[in-house]
Amino acid sequence: MLSKKQARAFFLGGTLVTFLIFIGLTVYSLSEGVDQTNHKDLTESAIRGKAIWESNNCMGCHTILGEGAYYAPELTKVVDRLNIKYDGNGEDVIKSILMSEGPWQPNGRKMVAYNMSEQEAADVVEFFKWIGKIDLNGFDRVVSPLAKDKQNK
Amino acid sequence: MKYKSQKVAYWFFALSMLLLVLQIVYGFVMGFARIGFDNLHEFIPFNTARAVHTNLLVVWLLSGFMGAAYYIIPEEAQKELVSVKLAYVQLISLALVGVAAIVGFHFNIWEGRKFLEIPRPLDYLVVANVLLFLGLILVTLFKGKRQTTTALVLSMGLLFAALLYLPGMLQFDSQVTDSFFRWWVVHLWVEGVWELIMGGILSFLLIKLTGVDREVIEKWLYVIVGLTFLSGVLGTGHHYYYIGVNKIWIIVGGIFSALEPLAFLAMALFAVNMYRKGEKKHPNKLALYWTLGAAIVSFVGAGLLGFAHTLPQTNIYTHGTLVTAMHGHLAFWGAYGMIVLAIISYSLPNMTGRKMYDSSIGRAAFWLSNVGMVGMTVAFGVAGVAQVYLERKFKMDFMAVQNEISIHFVVLVLCALVFTTGIALYIVDFYKHGKPTDEALGIND
Repeated sequence: MLSKKQARAFFLGGTLVTFLIFIGLTVYSLSEGVDQTNHKDLTESAIRGKAIWESNNCMGCHTILGEGAYYAPELTKVVDRLNIKYDGNGEDVIKSILMSEGPWQPNGRKMVAYNMSEQEAADVVEFFKWIGKIDLNGFDRVVSPLAKDKQNK
Repeated sequence: MKYKSQKVAYWFFALSMLLLVLQIVYGFVMGFARIGFDNLHEFIPFNTARAVHTNLLVVWLLSGFMGAAYYIIPEEAQKELVSVKLAYVQLISLALVGVAAIVGFHFNIWEGRKFLEIPRPLDYLVVANVLLFLGLILVTLFKGKRQTTTALVLSMGLLFAALLYLPGMLQFDSQVTDSFFRWWVVHLWVEGVWELIMGGILSFLLIKLTGVDREVIEKWLYVIVGLTFLSGVLGTGHHYYYIGVNKIWIIVGGIFSALEPLAFLAMALFAVNMYRKGEKKHPNKLALYWTLGAAIVSFVGAGLLGFAHTLPQTNIYTHGTLVTAMHGHLAFWGAYGMIVLAIISYSLPNMTGRKMYDSSIGRAAFWLSNVGMVGMTVAFGVAGVAQVYLERKFKMDFMAVQNEISIHFVVLVLCALVFTTGIALYIVDFYKHGKPTDEALGIND
């Protein structure tokens, strides 16, 4: 029968070993060669776009990389999707939504009017374009069926 | 009840109840918005309601955990809290930081990182607050007459929770890296160190309620928290499948996530077996309901639903859908909401002297809140599965799908009303107990 001492050893030993493996895997998966975060293509504009994305809590309605609030559309590959839908004018559509002075209300669900400047809107688009190039282990094709169709053509 | 300083716990529990009510109010704002009644949009847009709802969840649970620690540690260590005054300072500062954060969310002051929306300057105040709390708890524990396993596991959970807040304060240019380390906080809290806190509280309650020998209960506590870390740490990988990091996480996360229900299963079996084994039948039936309920519901919500959602083959479709909300609601409620309500139900009669152990209001609160939460979980689940099929299999547009599934949110709101009735009754029962008094403490001396 297991003693309390053995149970404690199981807890402490198991915790230590799994933490060490976890740290090792973190270092491995973010190291050069196997890194697929698309970090190298990150531009100043995309970094500014991320800051705008965060400062307005866009994730509080939308999802990106599958993370967010499921109230508004997933924005991974949004530029590709809207390019297909609006004959190559996806970027302009996004910018016009972000620069709108009035609330955007597609299908009755309201979005805050952010009234962004041209530069801010362009930065957010750059951020979306950078996101769109990340290797998501197949999720990008599941989450963005229109973009998937485009790839299959 | 032996230590007068334990009554500071009452005020942490009262703050918890207040924040829980506010959390529910903002939940309704979101529920109504999803069925088209977004009349408050100008003042409380969805992203504000969402940030308030999730952050209040974290803060009311933390306040409950802190109250639990202030109640449990003096009794376990057999020593009065080293400074009651500082504990009240910590309570007031916690409330002020929480209020400042919530008000800020209404004025677009936040970080926009899911679950970690509190802006950076307030993060430092959170750290100072938690350091004060930990100082009080740890000094009391180590100056005490004994350091029990229950107290050590509880304190370790609280200490690790504080340390794990730090990776969330790092800043990254890349969304992927940002998300990667955000999960160090969120996942390792809720599927790691918070389970230590839950285990510590559960162990304390089982010792008090069942009368089973402490050595037996604490031995199994070690096994359970061992299983938690063994599966939960590498189980973090299930958040990394599809966010832009290496495929190694699909293998590692897939295997260890599949093991995560074991810890919850062990916890449920542990609680039920200790109850059956116990010869002492404590008269506080309500505390027993909530204690056993927490162990069982957490197994279903966190264990089984988590398992179903985090298999890589399933998750590629369910990631980023309402299926996550289904799992999240029952998991948080079962594992953490119910354990906080359990320790309140146990400690309140001891602090106030009113032995309302089995009131009809208390029973109704238990059943209505649980039936309501299960109903909400089912509504989220049906909506989520429908979303997966329509959007990701049949390629329908996001908003077209949202319109199709809006009926499930009507059901969700109705179930939320049942849940809210249960919580309202719980709070009525809380209020009826009155405040902790020295006279009440004297009676128990």
